[in-house]
Amino acid sequence: MMLTVLASILGIASIVGAYFAIHHSKLTIAIIATGIVSLVASIMFLLLAAPDVAMTEASIGSALTTAIFFFTLNKIRQINNG
Amino acid sequence: MGKKTLIMLLMAAMALVLYPLYESYQGSEELTELGQYYASNGVEDTGAANLVTSVVVTYRGLDTLGEVTILFLAASVISFFLSFGKENRIENRNMRTVTEILTTSTQVLVPMIYMIGVYIFVNGHLTPGGGFQGGAVIASGTLLMFLSNPNFKISHTVIHVVESTSGIIFVTIGIMGVIMMEGGFLSNKIMDFGTYGSILSAGAIPLIYTFLGLKVGTELSNVLGIFVESQNEK
Repeated sequence: MMLTVLASILGIASIVGAYFAIHHSKLTIAIIATGIVSLVASIMFLLLAAPDVAMTEASIGSALTTAIFFFTLNKIRQINNG
Repeated sequence: MGKKTLIMLLMAAMALVLYPLYESYQGSEELTELGQYYASNGVEDTGAANLVTSVVVTYRGLDTLGEVTILFLAASVISFFLSFGKENRIENRNMRTVTEILTTSTQVLVPMIYMIGVYIFVNGHLTPGGGFQGGAVIASGTLLMFLSNPNFKISHTVIHVVESTSGIIFVTIGIMGVIMMEGGFLSNKIMDFGTYGSILSAGAIPLIYTFLGLKVGTELSNVLGIFVESQNEK
């Protein structure tokens, strides 16, 4: 029961995050939203008794990928500004 | 019909296709035959307290080697495409100032993050985690260093030496299993199993995971370093 409630909250949070990631007009916020989706997914993995997958998802999915997206975004802006 | 309506229709169709899967899904109470073998013989075969590790490193060690190869290829491609000559480099790019909070917290946190990363891969055969997870944690520590100090550079020589020696040692340990006739490629039986549950147990698994962690950690740190350096390109 507890797991169902928590999983529903996390599922809704990840859908909201995914929506913002696609539809938000500011790219920085969209990138942070993708990071939040990964973070929520990692909590979900932890609840489903897969701590090692959760660790990978938290460090690669939400930390490294978000950072690389930001580096790329900065680069694209540099190129667009000439 | 607008583009958004089409996307919505497509998603609805996907949901319709996938719904029978959800409808007919029954959580099974017992393991499959292979899973049962792993669960009942895993400890005896590998001596590892963490069953996931025994599957990842020993039973399916070849897949892990494949994963490492893919990661290596990805890192190589990134460094190939994002590298540029010295003449195209912008010197003294003006950057946003780093706040005091970030620099201080980096000094406190980075040693701890590195320590946790090392702990995760050294204890891979006892607790959840392993080479990949530990390496990723180490790389996130390096990311914090890059964020707190934009001029921070990692020594490419050290990175390349650590990465390539770890890779070579990992494959050498694998081949040792064939040479010593102890259960084939990437078997952990080349070393003594030791006491079950202690840090020096499970044969070669701690050794393999240590080098795997070093390899993944340096590789991901290198990728981050390349991305940071690419910001300086004209």
